[in-house]
Amino acid sequence: MTMLADNISLHLSGFDLLRNISLEVEAGKVTAIVGPNGAGKSSLLKVLTGDMVPTRGQVQLNHRPLAHWPLLDRAQMLAVLPQHSLLNFPFTANEVVALGRIPHQTGVIKDAEIVAQALDLVDASYLQKRLYTQMSGGEKQRVQLARVLAQIWQPSDHGEQFLVLDEPTSAFDLSHQKLTLDIVRQLANRGVGVVMVLHDLNLAARCADNLVVFDGGGIAAQGQPEQVLTESLIAKVFGVKAIISQHPRTNRPLVIT
Amino acid sequence: MRRFSARSLITVLTVLLPVVVLVSLVIGTVNITISDALNTLLGSATNQQIGTILLDIRLPRILMAIFVGAVLASTGAVMQGLFRNPLADPSLIGVSSGASVGASLMIVTAGGFIQSGALVGLSLVAVGAFVGGFTATLLVYRLATSGIGTSVTTMLLAGIAIAALAGALNSLLSYFSDNDMLRQISLWQMGNLSGASWLKVGIMGSAALLLLICFPRDSRALNALLLGESEARHLGIDVQRVKQRLILLTALGVGISVALAGLVGFVGLIIPHMVRLAIGPDHRWLVPASALAGATLLVIADSLARIVVIPAELPTGILTALLGAPFFVVLLLQQRKDV
Repeated sequence: MTMLADNISLHLSGFDLLRNISLEVEAGKVTAIVGPNGAGKSSLLKVLTGDMVPTRGQVQLNHRPLAHWPLLDRAQMLAVLPQHSLLNFPFTANEVVALGRIPHQTGVIKDAEIVAQALDLVDASYLQKRLYTQMSGGEKQRVQLARVLAQIWQPSDHGEQFLVLDEPTSAFDLSHQKLTLDIVRQLANRGVGVVMVLHDLNLAARCADNLVVFDGGGIAAQGQPEQVLTESLIAKVFGVKAIISQHPRTNRPLVIT
Repeated sequence: MRRFSARSLITVLTVLLPVVVLVSLVIGTVNITISDALNTLLGSATNQQIGTILLDIRLPRILMAIFVGAVLASTGAVMQGLFRNPLADPSLIGVSSGASVGASLMIVTAGGFIQSGALVGLSLVAVGAFVGGFTATLLVYRLATSGIGTSVTTMLLAGIAIAALAGALNSLLSYFSDNDMLRQISLWQMGNLSGASWLKVGIMGSAALLLLICFPRDSRALNALLLGESEARHLGIDVQRVKQRLILLTALGVGISVALAGLVGFVGLIIPHMVRLAIGPDHRWLVPASALAGATLLVIADSLARIVVIPAELPTGILTALLGAPFFVVLLLQQRKDV
Protein backbone atom coordinates (compact mmCIF):
# COMPACT_ATOMS: atom_id res chain seq x y z
CA MET A 1 0.00 0.00 0.00
CA THR A 2 1.32 3.40 -0.89
CA MET A 3 0.71 7.04 -1.40
CA LEU A 4 1.47 7.62 -5.05
CA ALA A 5 2.02 10.76 -7.09
CA ASP A 6 1.58 9.73 -10.70
CA ASN A 7 3.16 12.10 -13.22
CA ILE A 8 1.98 15.26 -11.48
CA SER A 9 2.19 18.70 -13.04
CA LEU A 10 0.95 21.89 -11.43
CA HIS A 11 0.60 25.21 -13.20
CA LEU A 12 -0.52 28.21 -11.26
CA SER A 13 -0.98 31.73 -12.66
CA GLY A 14 1.49 31.17 -15.49
CA PHE A 15 4.14 29.36 -13.46
CA ASP A 16 5.13 25.72 -13.65
CA LEU A 17 5.32 24.84 -9.97
CA LEU A 18 5.65 21.10 -10.53
CA ARG A 19 6.73 19.26 -13.66
CA ASN A 20 6.04 15.56 -14.24
CA ILE A 21 6.62 14.43 -10.69
CA SER A 22 6.29 10.75 -9.97
CA LEU A 23 6.85 9.72 -6.39
CA GLU A 24 5.95 6.73 -4.33
CA VAL A 25 5.67 7.00 -0.56
CA GLU A 26 5.76 3.51 0.84
CA ALA A 27 4.07 2.52 4.06
CA GLY A 28 6.63 1.78 6.74
CA LYS A 29 9.29 3.92 5.09
CA VAL A 30 10.51 7.47 5.69
CA THR A 31 10.68 9.68 2.62
CA ALA A 32 12.52 12.98 3.00
CA ILE A 33 12.27 15.80 0.49
CA VAL A 34 15.03 18.38 0.27
CA GLY A 35 15.78 21.17 -2.17
CA PRO A 36 16.36 24.90 -2.46
CA ASN A 37 13.67 27.46 -1.62
CA GLY A 38 10.95 27.63 -4.22
CA ALA A 39 11.83 24.25 -5.75
CA GLY A 40 8.27 22.99 -5.31
CA LYS A 41 8.56 20.93 -2.13
CA SER A 42 5.60 22.51 -0.36
CA SER A 43 3.57 22.51 -3.58
CA LEU A 44 4.07 18.78 -3.84
CA LEU A 45 2.92 18.30 -0.26
CA LYS A 46 -0.19 20.38 -1.02
CA VAL A 47 -0.97 18.19 -4.02
CA LEU A 48 -0.26 14.99 -2.09
CA THR A 49 -2.65 16.02 0.68
CA GLY A 50 -5.41 17.28 -1.59
CA ASP A 51 -5.04 20.99 -0.74
CA MET A 52 -4.30 21.65 -4.40
CA VAL A 53 -5.57 19.80 -7.44
CA PRO A 54 -2.81 19.01 -9.94
CA THR A 55 -3.16 20.37 -13.47
CA ARG A 56 -2.17 16.97 -14.80
CA GLY A 57 -1.63 13.60 -13.16
CA GLN A 58 -3.22 12.00 -10.16
CA VAL A 59 -2.56 11.26 -6.52
CA GLN A 60 -3.53 7.86 -5.20
CA LEU A 61 -3.92 6.84 -1.60
CA ASN A 62 -3.97 3.11 -0.98
CA HIS A 63 -4.80 2.38 -4.64
CA ARG A 64 -7.69 4.81 -4.83
CA PRO A 65 -7.64 8.37 -6.20
CA LEU A 66 -7.30 10.76 -3.28
CA ALA A 67 -10.44 12.72 -4.18
CA HIS A 68 -12.53 9.53 -4.18
CA TRP A 69 -11.96 8.85 -0.50
CA PRO A 70 -14.67 10.16 1.81
CA LEU A 71 -13.16 13.01 3.87
CA LEU A 72 -13.60 11.21 7.17
CA ASP A 73 -12.01 7.95 6.01
CA ARG A 74 -9.15 9.90 4.53
CA ALA A 75 -8.63 11.80 7.80
CA GLN A 76 -8.23 8.47 9.58
CA MET A 77 -5.41 7.47 7.23
CA LEU A 78 -3.65 10.71 6.38
CA ALA A 79 -2.46 13.30 8.90
CA VAL A 80 -0.81 16.53 7.81
CA LEU A 81 1.38 18.93 9.77
CA PRO A 82 1.68 22.28 7.97
CA GLN A 83 4.75 24.45 8.26
CA HIS A 84 2.95 27.32 9.96
CA SER A 85 -0.05 27.27 12.23
CA LEU A 86 -2.73 29.94 12.04
CA LEU A 87 -4.14 29.10 15.43
CA ASN A 88 -4.45 32.28 17.50
CA PHE A 89 -7.22 31.28 19.88
CA PRO A 90 -6.36 30.38 23.47
CA PHE A 91 -6.86 26.62 23.42
CA THR A 92 -4.88 24.64 25.98
CA ALA A 93 -2.36 22.12 24.66
CA ASN A 94 -4.72 19.34 25.69
CA GLU A 95 -7.51 20.85 23.61
CA VAL A 96 -5.29 21.35 20.55
CA VAL A 97 -4.13 17.74 20.61
CA ALA A 98 -7.71 16.56 21.17
CA LEU A 99 -8.63 18.19 17.84
CA GLY A 100 -6.64 15.36 16.26
CA ARG A 101 -9.26 12.94 17.57
CA ILE A 102 -12.13 14.64 15.69
CA PRO A 103 -12.22 12.03 12.89
CA HIS A 104 -12.52 9.20 15.40
CA GLN A 105 -15.37 7.91 17.51
CA THR A 106 -13.34 6.37 20.27
CA GLY A 107 -15.02 8.11 23.18
CA VAL A 108 -13.91 10.76 25.64
CA ILE A 109 -11.93 8.50 27.96
CA LYS A 110 -9.87 6.80 25.25
CA ASP A 111 -9.29 10.15 23.54
CA ALA A 112 -8.02 11.75 26.75
CA GLU A 113 -5.63 8.82 27.18
CA ILE A 114 -4.29 9.21 23.64
CA VAL A 115 -3.93 12.98 24.05
CA ALA A 116 -1.88 12.52 27.21
CA GLN A 117 0.32 9.88 25.57
CA ALA A 118 0.87 11.97 22.44
CA LEU A 119 1.88 15.00 24.50
CA ASP A 120 4.20 12.83 26.55
CA LEU A 121 5.80 11.44 23.40
CA VAL A 122 6.75 14.90 22.13
CA ASP A 123 8.04 15.92 25.57
CA ALA A 124 5.20 18.39 26.14
CA SER A 125 3.35 16.90 29.10
CA TYR A 126 4.19 19.96 31.14
CA LEU A 127 2.22 22.08 28.65
CA GLN A 128 -1.10 20.23 29.11
CA LYS A 129 -3.05 23.09 30.69
CA ARG A 130 -1.02 25.96 29.25
CA LEU A 131 -2.55 28.23 26.63
CA TYR A 132 -1.35 27.71 23.08
CA THR A 133 -1.16 31.45 22.45
CA GLN A 134 1.34 31.85 25.28
CA MET A 135 3.77 29.14 24.18
CA SER A 136 7.13 29.55 22.45
CA GLY A 137 7.51 28.65 18.78
CA GLY A 138 9.10 25.30 19.54
CA GLU A 139 6.44 24.42 22.11
CA LYS A 140 3.66 25.26 19.65
CA GLN A 141 5.27 23.09 17.00
CA ARG A 142 5.57 20.17 19.42
CA VAL A 143 1.92 20.50 20.41
CA GLN A 144 0.90 20.54 16.74
CA LEU A 145 3.08 17.47 16.16
CA ALA A 146 1.29 15.74 19.03
CA ARG A 147 -2.02 16.66 17.38
CA VAL A 148 -1.19 14.90 14.10
CA LEU A 149 0.25 11.94 16.02
CA ALA A 150 -3.02 11.65 17.95
CA GLN A 151 -4.87 11.64 14.64
CA ILE A 152 -3.13 8.44 13.49
CA TRP A 153 -2.48 6.98 16.92
CA GLN A 154 -4.31 3.74 16.19
CA PRO A 155 -4.27 1.82 12.90
CA SER A 156 -7.14 2.54 10.52
CA ASP A 157 -9.60 0.02 9.08
CA HIS A 158 -9.46 1.73 5.71
CA GLY A 159 -5.82 1.13 4.86
CA GLU A 160 -2.21 2.03 5.59
CA GLN A 161 -1.61 5.34 7.30
CA PHE A 162 0.52 8.24 6.16
CA LEU A 163 1.96 11.25 7.90
CA VAL A 164 2.97 14.36 5.97
CA LEU A 165 5.24 16.84 7.74
CA ASP A 166 6.33 20.19 6.30
CA GLU A 167 9.59 21.20 7.98
CA PRO A 168 8.65 19.68 11.32
CA THR A 169 11.96 20.56 12.98
CA SER A 170 12.33 24.19 11.89
CA ALA A 171 11.65 25.64 15.35
CA PHE A 172 13.30 22.86 17.38
CA ASP A 173 16.47 22.78 19.40
CA LEU A 174 18.93 19.89 18.94
CA SER A 175 17.34 17.52 21.42
CA HIS A 176 13.86 18.01 19.99
CA GLN A 177 15.14 17.58 16.45
CA LYS A 178 16.49 14.22 17.47
CA LEU A 179 13.29 13.39 19.32
CA THR A 180 11.26 14.14 16.16
CA LEU A 181 13.42 11.85 14.06
CA ASP A 182 13.08 9.09 16.67
CA ILE A 183 9.30 9.47 16.64
CA VAL A 184 9.23 9.37 12.85
CA ARG A 185 11.29 6.17 12.90
CA GLN A 186 8.98 4.57 15.49
CA LEU A 187 5.98 5.39 13.31
CA ALA A 188 7.65 3.89 10.25
CA ASN A 189 8.39 0.73 12.23
CA ARG A 190 4.70 0.59 13.07
CA GLY A 191 3.89 0.68 9.36
CA VAL A 192 3.13 4.35 8.84
CA GLY A 193 4.47 5.94 5.67
CA VAL A 194 6.12 9.25 6.53
CA VAL A 195 6.93 11.98 4.05
CA MET A 196 8.58 15.16 5.21
CA VAL A 197 10.21 18.25 3.85
CA LEU A 198 13.50 19.04 5.60
CA HIS A 199 16.05 21.77 5.11
CA ASP A 200 18.95 20.20 6.93
CA LEU A 201 20.61 17.74 4.53
CA ASN A 202 22.28 15.90 7.40
CA LEU A 203 19.04 15.37 9.24
CA ALA A 204 17.51 14.11 6.02
CA ALA A 205 20.43 11.81 5.32
CA ARG A 206 20.21 10.42 8.82
CA CYS A 207 16.55 9.48 8.85
CA ALA A 208 15.44 8.92 5.25
CA ASP A 209 14.91 5.56 3.59
CA ASN A 210 14.19 7.42 0.40
CA LEU A 211 15.74 10.83 -0.18
CA VAL A 212 14.16 13.02 -2.85
CA VAL A 213 16.01 16.07 -4.11
CA PHE A 214 13.85 18.74 -5.71
CA ASP A 215 15.07 21.36 -8.13
CA GLY A 216 13.09 23.81 -10.23
CA GLY A 217 9.76 22.00 -9.92
CA GLY A 218 11.19 18.60 -10.83
CA ILE A 219 12.98 15.74 -9.08
CA ALA A 220 16.75 16.03 -9.51
CA ALA A 221 17.50 12.70 -7.84
CA GLN A 222 15.93 10.16 -5.55
CA GLY A 223 17.01 6.98 -3.82
CA GLN A 224 19.02 5.95 -0.80
CA PRO A 225 20.83 8.89 0.80
CA GLU A 226 24.26 7.31 0.15
CA GLN A 227 23.58 7.20 -3.57
CA VAL A 228 21.78 10.50 -3.91
CA LEU A 229 24.02 12.84 -1.93
CA THR A 230 27.04 13.56 -4.10
CA GLU A 231 29.27 16.60 -4.27
CA SER A 232 28.29 17.26 -7.87
CA LEU A 233 24.55 17.09 -7.11
CA ILE A 234 24.85 19.53 -4.22
CA ALA A 235 26.89 21.89 -6.40
CA LYS A 236 24.32 21.64 -9.17
CA VAL A 237 21.15 21.94 -7.08
CA PHE A 238 22.18 24.25 -4.24
CA GLY A 239 25.14 25.98 -5.91
CA VAL A 240 27.27 25.23 -2.85
CA LYS A 241 30.60 23.48 -2.73
CA ALA A 242 30.41 20.71 -0.16
CA ILE A 243 32.37 17.71 0.98
CA ILE A 244 30.54 14.42 1.49
CA SER A 245 31.94 12.41 4.35
CA GLN A 246 30.58 9.61 6.45
CA HIS A 247 29.08 9.84 9.90
CA PRO A 248 31.50 7.91 12.18
CA ARG A 249 28.69 6.14 14.04
CA THR A 250 25.68 5.85 11.76
CA ASN A 251 27.72 5.48 8.57
CA ARG A 252 25.20 7.78 6.92
CA PRO A 253 26.49 10.45 4.52
CA LEU A 254 27.60 13.67 6.18
CA VAL A 255 27.49 16.91 4.23
CA ILE A 256 30.14 19.39 5.27
CA THR A 257 30.02 22.87 3.81
CA MET B 1 -4.72 29.58 32.63
CA ARG B 2 -8.44 30.04 32.67
CA ARG B 3 -10.55 31.67 35.29
CA PHE B 4 -13.65 29.49 35.11
CA SER B 5 -14.54 26.02 34.00
CA ALA B 6 -17.19 25.91 31.29
CA ARG B 7 -19.50 23.96 33.54
CA SER B 8 -19.40 26.44 36.41
CA LEU B 9 -20.00 29.44 34.11
CA ILE B 10 -22.99 27.75 32.49
CA THR B 11 -24.36 26.81 35.92
CA VAL B 12 -23.99 30.37 37.20
CA LEU B 13 -25.69 31.80 34.11
CA THR B 14 -28.52 29.28 34.29
CA VAL B 15 -29.23 30.39 37.84
CA LEU B 16 -28.68 34.08 37.11
CA LEU B 17 -30.99 34.37 34.11
CA PRO B 18 -34.25 33.48 35.94
CA VAL B 19 -33.30 35.83 38.79
CA VAL B 20 -32.68 38.67 36.34
CA VAL B 21 -35.97 37.89 34.60
CA LEU B 22 -37.87 38.01 37.87
CA VAL B 23 -36.31 41.34 38.88
CA SER B 24 -37.02 42.72 35.42
CA LEU B 25 -40.67 41.67 35.76
CA VAL B 26 -41.26 43.59 38.96
CA ILE B 27 -39.47 46.85 38.21
CA GLY B 28 -40.62 49.60 35.87
CA THR B 29 -42.97 52.54 35.76
CA VAL B 30 -45.39 50.53 37.88
CA ASN B 31 -43.66 48.57 40.61
CA ILE B 32 -45.09 45.14 41.31
CA THR B 33 -44.28 42.95 44.31
CA ILE B 34 -42.54 39.66 43.69
CA SER B 35 -45.42 37.69 45.21
CA ASP B 36 -47.92 39.41 42.87
CA ALA B 37 -45.67 38.66 39.92
CA LEU B 38 -45.31 34.99 40.87
CA ASN B 39 -49.03 34.65 41.48
CA THR B 40 -49.84 36.13 38.08
CA LEU B 41 -47.32 33.89 36.32
CA LEU B 42 -48.74 30.83 38.06
CA GLY B 43 -52.22 31.76 36.88
CA SER B 44 -53.79 32.96 40.09
CA ALA B 45 -53.93 36.64 39.28
CA THR B 46 -55.59 38.87 41.82
CA ASN B 47 -55.35 42.18 40.03
CA GLN B 48 -56.35 42.51 36.40
CA GLN B 49 -54.21 45.59 35.76
CA ILE B 50 -51.09 43.90 37.10
CA GLY B 51 -51.92 40.87 34.99
CA THR B 52 -52.07 42.99 31.84
CA ILE B 53 -48.82 44.78 32.60
CA LEU B 54 -47.01 41.52 33.30
CA LEU B 55 -48.42 39.22 30.65
CA ASP B 56 -49.02 41.63 27.76
CA ILE B 57 -46.19 44.10 28.18
CA ARG B 58 -43.32 42.99 30.36
CA LEU B 59 -43.19 39.24 29.79
CA PRO B 60 -43.17 39.34 25.98
CA ARG B 61 -40.58 42.07 26.10
CA ILE B 62 -38.35 40.08 28.44
CA LEU B 63 -38.72 36.91 26.36
CA MET B 64 -37.87 38.97 23.29
CA ALA B 65 -34.72 40.23 25.03
CA ILE B 66 -33.78 36.65 25.94
CA PHE B 67 -34.19 35.35 22.40
CA VAL B 68 -32.58 38.33 20.67
CA GLY B 69 -29.66 38.28 23.11
CA ALA B 70 -29.20 34.53 22.70
CA VAL B 71 -29.30 34.73 18.89
CA LEU B 72 -26.93 37.70 18.62
CA ALA B 73 -24.38 36.30 21.06
CA SER B 74 -24.39 32.73 19.74
CA THR B 75 -24.13 33.83 16.10
CA GLY B 76 -21.34 36.18 17.18
CA ALA B 77 -19.46 33.24 18.68
CA VAL B 78 -20.00 31.20 15.53
CA MET B 79 -18.87 34.02 13.21
CA GLN B 80 -15.75 34.70 15.28
CA GLY B 81 -14.88 31.02 14.95
CA LEU B 82 -15.67 30.83 11.26
CA PHE B 83 -13.65 33.95 10.47
CA ARG B 84 -10.93 32.92 12.94
CA ASN B 85 -11.11 36.46 14.20
CA PRO B 86 -12.07 37.34 17.78
CA LEU B 87 -13.25 40.75 16.57
CA ALA B 88 -15.73 39.45 14.03
CA ASP B 89 -19.43 39.86 14.67
CA PRO B 90 -22.62 38.90 12.84
CA SER B 91 -22.74 42.24 11.05
CA LEU B 92 -19.58 41.26 9.15
CA ILE B 93 -21.55 39.20 6.66
CA GLY B 94 -23.57 42.25 5.72
CA VAL B 95 -26.79 41.28 7.43
CA SER B 96 -27.14 44.36 9.66
CA SER B 97 -26.23 46.91 6.99
CA GLY B 98 -28.53 45.28 4.47
CA ALA B 99 -31.33 45.16 7.01
CA SER B 100 -30.90 48.80 7.82
CA VAL B 101 -31.25 49.78 4.13
CA GLY B 102 -34.34 47.58 3.83
CA ALA B 103 -35.87 49.19 6.90
CA SER B 104 -35.07 52.76 5.78
CA LEU B 105 -36.43 52.06 2.32
CA MET B 106 -39.70 50.88 3.82
CA ILE B 107 -39.93 53.84 6.17
CA VAL B 108 -39.31 56.32 3.35
CA THR B 109 -41.36 54.76 0.56
CA ALA B 110 -44.18 53.20 2.54
CA GLY B 111 -44.37 55.67 5.39
CA GLY B 112 -48.11 56.06 4.95
CA PHE B 113 -48.88 52.38 5.28
CA ILE B 114 -46.89 52.07 8.45
CA GLN B 115 -49.07 54.53 10.26
CA SER B 116 -52.22 52.85 9.03
CA GLY B 117 -51.40 49.44 10.33
CA ALA B 118 -49.42 46.26 10.14
CA LEU B 119 -48.95 43.39 7.80
CA VAL B 120 -50.18 40.32 9.69
CA GLY B 121 -49.16 42.02 12.87
CA LEU B 122 -45.65 42.62 11.62
CA SER B 123 -44.74 46.00 10.25
CA LEU B 124 -43.54 46.45 6.70
CA VAL B 125 -40.33 47.76 8.22
CA ALA B 126 -39.60 44.36 9.73
CA VAL B 127 -40.22 42.61 6.43
CA GLY B 128 -38.04 45.15 4.63
CA ALA B 129 -35.26 44.69 7.17
CA PHE B 130 -35.35 40.92 6.92
CA VAL B 131 -35.34 40.91 3.12
CA GLY B 132 -32.59 43.55 3.04
CA GLY B 133 -30.43 41.67 5.52
CA PHE B 134 -30.82 38.35 3.80
CA THR B 135 -30.13 39.80 0.34
CA ALA B 136 -26.97 41.54 1.53
CA THR B 137 -25.68 38.31 3.09
CA LEU B 138 -26.35 36.33 -0.07
CA LEU B 139 -24.54 39.00 -2.07
CA VAL B 140 -21.52 38.95 0.23
CA TYR B 141 -21.47 35.16 0.14
CA ARG B 142 -21.70 35.00 -3.65
CA LEU B 143 -18.95 37.59 -4.06
CA ALA B 144 -16.62 35.51 -1.92
CA THR B 145 -17.44 32.14 -3.45
CA SER B 146 -15.55 30.85 -6.45
CA GLY B 147 -14.91 27.43 -7.92
CA ILE B 148 -12.45 26.56 -5.16
CA GLY B 149 -14.73 27.48 -2.29
CA THR B 150 -15.61 30.49 -0.17
CA SER B 151 -12.72 32.69 0.81
CA VAL B 152 -13.13 34.00 4.32
CA THR B 153 -10.84 36.96 3.61
CA THR B 154 -12.78 37.97 0.50
CA MET B 155 -15.96 37.60 2.47
CA LEU B 156 -14.68 39.97 5.13
CA LEU B 157 -13.70 42.54 2.50
CA ALA B 158 -16.95 42.08 0.59
CA GLY B 159 -18.81 42.57 3.87
CA ILE B 160 -17.00 45.87 4.42
CA ALA B 161 -17.74 46.98 0.84
CA ILE B 162 -21.43 46.08 1.14
CA ALA B 163 -21.60 47.85 4.51
CA ALA B 164 -20.13 50.99 2.92
CA LEU B 165 -22.59 50.79 0.05
CA ALA B 166 -25.44 50.26 2.46
CA GLY B 167 -24.26 53.22 4.52
CA ALA B 168 -24.36 55.41 1.42
CA LEU B 169 -27.84 54.20 0.46
CA ASN B 170 -28.98 54.83 4.00
CA SER B 171 -27.66 58.38 3.95
CA LEU B 172 -29.31 58.92 0.59
CA LEU B 173 -32.64 57.72 1.94
CA SER B 174 -32.24 59.86 5.05
CA TYR B 175 -31.46 62.85 2.85
CA PHE B 176 -34.73 62.48 1.00
CA SER B 177 -36.89 61.81 4.04
CA ASP B 178 -38.87 64.30 6.05
CA ASN B 179 -38.41 65.00 9.74
CA ASP B 180 -40.76 62.30 10.91
CA MET B 181 -39.22 59.61 8.71
CA LEU B 182 -35.75 60.69 9.77
CA ARG B 183 -36.69 60.23 13.39
CA GLN B 184 -38.14 56.79 12.66
CA ILE B 185 -35.03 55.72 10.78
CA SER B 186 -32.67 56.77 13.51
CA LEU B 187 -34.86 55.27 16.25
CA TRP B 188 -34.96 51.98 14.37
CA GLN B 189 -31.19 51.99 14.06
CA MET B 190 -30.81 52.37 17.81
CA GLY B 191 -32.48 49.03 18.39
CA ASN B 192 -35.54 48.73 20.53
CA LEU B 193 -37.46 45.95 22.21
CA SER B 194 -40.45 48.05 23.25
CA GLY B 195 -42.70 46.82 20.45
CA ALA B 196 -42.64 43.21 21.63
CA SER B 197 -45.81 41.20 21.06
CA TRP B 198 -46.53 37.52 21.54
CA LEU B 199 -46.41 37.02 17.75
CA LYS B 200 -42.93 38.52 17.57
CA VAL B 201 -41.88 36.45 20.58
CA GLY B 202 -43.10 33.34 18.79
CA ILE B 203 -41.13 34.09 15.62
CA MET B 204 -37.99 35.12 17.48
CA GLY B 205 -38.26 32.13 19.81
CA SER B 206 -38.51 29.70 16.91
CA ALA B 207 -35.43 31.26 15.31
CA ALA B 208 -33.47 31.02 18.56
CA LEU B 209 -34.56 27.42 19.04
CA LEU B 210 -33.55 26.48 15.50
CA LEU B 211 -30.10 27.99 15.94
CA LEU B 212 -29.47 26.40 19.31
CA ILE B 213 -30.49 23.01 17.94
CA CYS B 214 -28.34 23.30 14.81
CA PHE B 215 -25.16 24.94 16.16
CA PRO B 216 -23.99 22.12 18.46
CA ARG B 217 -23.73 19.83 15.44
CA ASP B 218 -20.97 21.98 14.02
CA SER B 219 -19.16 22.91 17.22
CA ARG B 220 -16.34 20.42 16.71
CA ALA B 221 -16.02 21.55 13.09
CA LEU B 222 -15.69 25.13 14.35
CA ASN B 223 -12.98 24.04 16.76
CA ALA B 224 -11.10 22.41 13.89
CA LEU B 225 -11.59 25.49 11.72
CA LEU B 226 -9.66 27.58 14.24
CA LEU B 227 -6.57 25.65 13.08
CA GLY B 228 -7.15 26.80 9.50
CA GLU B 229 -9.34 25.60 6.66
CA SER B 230 -7.01 23.03 5.14
CA GLU B 231 -6.20 21.67 8.61
CA ALA B 232 -9.93 21.27 9.23
CA ARG B 233 -10.28 19.45 5.92
CA HIS B 234 -7.44 17.12 6.93
CA LEU B 235 -9.42 16.36 10.07
CA GLY B 236 -12.26 15.11 7.91
CA ILE B 237 -14.46 18.23 7.98
CA ASP B 238 -16.44 19.22 4.90
CA VAL B 239 -15.43 22.87 5.29
CA GLN B 240 -17.52 24.31 2.46
CA ARG B 241 -20.70 22.67 3.75
CA VAL B 242 -20.11 23.83 7.29
CA LYS B 243 -19.47 27.39 6.13
CA GLN B 244 -22.61 27.43 4.03
CA ARG B 245 -24.76 26.07 6.81
CA LEU B 246 -23.45 28.42 9.49
CA ILE B 247 -23.69 31.54 7.32
CA LEU B 248 -27.25 30.66 6.33
CA LEU B 249 -28.29 30.07 9.94
CA THR B 250 -26.62 33.29 11.06
CA ALA B 251 -28.27 35.33 8.31
CA LEU B 252 -31.60 33.84 9.25
CA GLY B 253 -31.25 34.36 13.01
CA VAL B 254 -29.73 37.83 12.87
CA GLY B 255 -32.03 38.82 9.99
CA ILE B 256 -35.11 38.02 12.07
CA SER B 257 -33.68 39.62 15.18
CA VAL B 258 -32.78 42.84 13.35
CA ALA B 259 -36.17 42.88 11.67
CA LEU B 260 -38.01 42.60 14.98
CA ALA B 261 -35.78 44.56 17.34
CA GLY B 262 -33.66 46.83 15.15
CA LEU B 263 -29.91 47.14 15.45
CA VAL B 264 -28.95 46.05 18.94
CA GLY B 265 -25.23 46.53 18.73
CA PHE B 266 -22.30 45.10 20.64
CA VAL B 267 -23.94 41.97 22.06
CA GLY B 268 -22.69 39.83 19.17
CA LEU B 269 -19.17 41.16 19.55
CA ILE B 270 -18.43 41.43 23.24
CA ILE B 271 -20.40 38.58 24.75
CA PRO B 272 -18.61 35.76 22.90
CA HIS B 273 -15.33 37.56 23.39
CA MET B 274 -15.83 37.79 27.15
CA VAL B 275 -17.09 34.24 27.45
CA ARG B 276 -14.05 33.02 25.53
CA LEU B 277 -11.73 34.85 27.90
CA ALA B 278 -13.43 33.10 30.80
CA ILE B 279 -13.79 29.53 29.55
CA GLY B 280 -11.68 29.23 26.40
CA PRO B 281 -12.56 28.81 22.73
CA ASP B 282 -14.10 25.30 22.73
CA HIS B 283 -17.32 25.90 20.77
CA ARG B 284 -19.12 23.01 22.45
CA TRP B 285 -19.31 25.26 25.55
CA LEU B 286 -18.66 28.68 24.06
CA VAL B 287 -21.80 28.79 21.92
CA PRO B 288 -24.36 27.80 24.59
CA ALA B 289 -22.60 29.87 27.28
CA SER B 290 -22.58 32.90 24.95
CA ALA B 291 -26.29 32.42 24.25
CA LEU B 292 -27.04 32.40 27.99
CA ALA B 293 -24.79 35.38 28.69
CA GLY B 294 -26.23 37.34 25.75
CA ALA B 295 -29.76 36.68 26.96
CA THR B 296 -28.88 37.77 30.49
CA LEU B 297 -27.10 40.94 29.36
CA LEU B 298 -29.92 41.99 27.08
CA VAL B 299 -32.55 41.47 29.78
CA ILE B 300 -30.48 43.64 32.13
CA ALA B 301 -29.87 46.31 29.48
CA ASP B 302 -33.54 46.39 28.51
CA SER B 303 -34.68 46.65 32.14
CA LEU B 304 -32.37 49.62 32.61
CA ALA B 305 -33.67 51.12 29.38
CA ARG B 306 -37.12 50.98 30.92
CA ILE B 307 -36.26 52.55 34.26
CA VAL B 308 -33.41 55.05 33.91
CA VAL B 309 -35.59 57.88 32.62
CA ILE B 310 -38.99 56.93 34.09
CA PRO B 311 -41.66 57.55 32.87
CA ALA B 312 -39.97 57.67 29.44
CA GLU B 313 -37.82 54.89 27.96
CA LEU B 314 -34.49 54.72 26.21
CA PRO B 315 -33.86 52.57 23.12
CA THR B 316 -32.28 49.28 24.24
CA GLY B 317 -29.41 49.50 21.76
CA ILE B 318 -28.09 52.61 23.51
CA LEU B 319 -27.92 50.75 26.82
CA THR B 320 -26.12 47.69 25.44
CA ALA B 321 -23.40 49.90 24.01
CA LEU B 322 -23.28 52.13 27.11
CA LEU B 323 -22.91 49.08 29.37
CA GLY B 324 -20.83 46.99 27.01
CA ALA B 325 -18.20 49.39 25.77
CA PRO B 326 -16.61 50.41 29.10
CA PHE B 327 -16.72 46.83 30.35
CA PHE B 328 -14.99 45.68 27.19
CA VAL B 329 -12.29 48.31 27.53
CA VAL B 330 -11.60 47.28 31.13
CA LEU B 331 -11.33 43.67 29.98
CA LEU B 332 -8.89 44.56 27.22
CA LEU B 333 -6.73 46.57 29.61
CA GLN B 334 -6.69 43.70 32.08
CA GLN B 335 -5.82 41.23 29.34
CA ARG B 336 -2.92 43.43 28.31
CA LYS B 337 -1.65 43.36 31.88
CA ASP B 338 -1.84 39.56 31.99
CA VAL B 339 0.21 38.94 28.86
